[in-house]
Amino acid sequence: MIRIEQLEKRFKKLQALDNINALLSSGQVISLIGPNGSGKTTLIKCILGLVKADSGSIHVNGKLIDSNPQYRSDIGYMPQIGRYPDNMKVGQLFSLMKNIRTAPGNEPDTDLLVQFNLVSIFDKPMRTLSGGTRQKVSAALAFYFNPEILILDEPTAGLDPISSEVLKEKIIKEKKKNKLVLISSHILSDLDELTTHVLYLQEGKMIFLRSMNELQQLTQEEKLGKAVAKIMRNEKKEALWIDELLAAGFSQKKS
Amino acid sequence: MKLSRYIVYDILRNKVIIAYTVFLFIVSLSLFQLEENTGKAILGLLNIILIVVPLISMIFSTIHYYNSYEFIELMLSQPISRRRILLSEYFSTAASLLSAFFIGTGIPVLLFAFNDTGLALLFAGGTLTLVFTSIAFLASVKSRDKARGTGISLLLWFYFALIYDGLVLLILFTFSDYPMEKFTLVLSALNPIDLARIFIMLKMDISALMGYTGALYKDFFGSGQGVLFTTSIMFLWVVLPLWFALKSFVKKDL
Repeated sequence: MIRIEQLEKRFKKLQALDNINALLSSGQVISLIGPNGSGKTTLIKCILGLVKADSGSIHVNGKLIDSNPQYRSDIGYMPQIGRYPDNMKVGQLFSLMKNIRTAPGNEPDTDLLVQFNLVSIFDKPMRTLSGGTRQKVSAALAFYFNPEILILDEPTAGLDPISSEVLKEKIIKEKKKNKLVLISSHILSDLDELTTHVLYLQEGKMIFLRSMNELQQLTQEEKLGKAVAKIMRNEKKEALWIDELLAAGFSQKKS
Repeated sequence: MKLSRYIVYDILRNKVIIAYTVFLFIVSLSLFQLEENTGKAILGLLNIILIVVPLISMIFSTIHYYNSYEFIELMLSQPISRRRILLSEYFSTAASLLSAFFIGTGIPVLLFAFNDTGLALLFAGGTLTLVFTSIAFLASVKSRDKARGTGISLLLWFYFALIYDGLVLLILFTFSDYPMEKFTLVLSALNPIDLARIFIMLKMDISALMGYTGALYKDFFGSGQGVLFTTSIMFLWVVLPLWFALKSFVKKDL
């Protein structure tokens, strides 16, 4: 469970996060959407403690995030860009992670390792891997320790359709285990089958946090993209942006 | 420090570190082969070490820091404190550079000049590595931009290796009417490269080559105390930049 209260963050002239209040509970898959520069990554980084908020507080599983890094043992994070030390081997990365995150009595979750066939490249150095393969490594790492909270930043960008499908199935599986999943993505069609809640950010403000059912009832639309578009049009804010996004999403689906 | 082990493993496989080791080894070996007198060879080696070791330590540490940026981010999303991550990075970078230096220069020196001066040279080179890695970490933590961080590192190296001596000379000439002895001692403490030079000169006992500050040191402290003084100031040069880097890293937005 993540509780965010009156979170504010300012980067010089830019108000990156403006009074964010949200309660994210387990069993939910929350899609974090919004235009570029709306503060999605900053919000994620605040939860991870990579960015220090100016004011407000974040509680993860009841623990206030401040100086004690221990709360992060409940979180699995998949970054947008995965870059690893050039000469480190894939297997070493996993053994390193095991070394610094030993959860007693908790068997590592090797589903993705097996499905992405990463074990076969365990002795390859990181620099030889392609962008997509590194992305698979990041994904497998995020799920490896069976964390209660999963934070995925643009998880399907750079993955081929098959791997992206594998990852989606894995997310659904984790959802059924009553975990909290927070996904930020631009490809709304990817989120359709997963999402239970939508958190919409714009210019650092939280426009809404609603459940998928609510959205569908409100707009009479099945698809996430269209539902969000309808709401945005009604509120006459950035309607153009969502149209663009929809077009992009559809062309992606066709190809 | 489980993390350090993995980072050291990564760095030691880096081609730059291997090239650095080979370069130091060839230079040291050929100097000892060319000079009949090991004292002269050590002097030649000293001049190279005072320039090359700080430069490579600075540039390599800066580039390594920026290349590890995403990895550091990933580590920060794990249950480890920021302090521990930066210290691991520092110790692994420093350990790798030190081992390159001790293999490249240490082996020839131990073979050809296994005496006080030789050991002093190794000590000075090792300390310079630690000092400039520390300064490089401060420069990289303070600036977000890679080009800017590398630029600052290069400038600092220029300053310490080349510009500083000129400035000191300028000051001494301008105020040559006043008693400047103690002031010069303070000035030399502000440059780790100067300190390393004086440290070795004190050991070598060749006052003609010691230059102005070196002679002053000998005069002021005598050898023993001079060595103690230089060593402790060098130690401060290692600890202080690293401490400032840590302080700023703990509060930083990544």
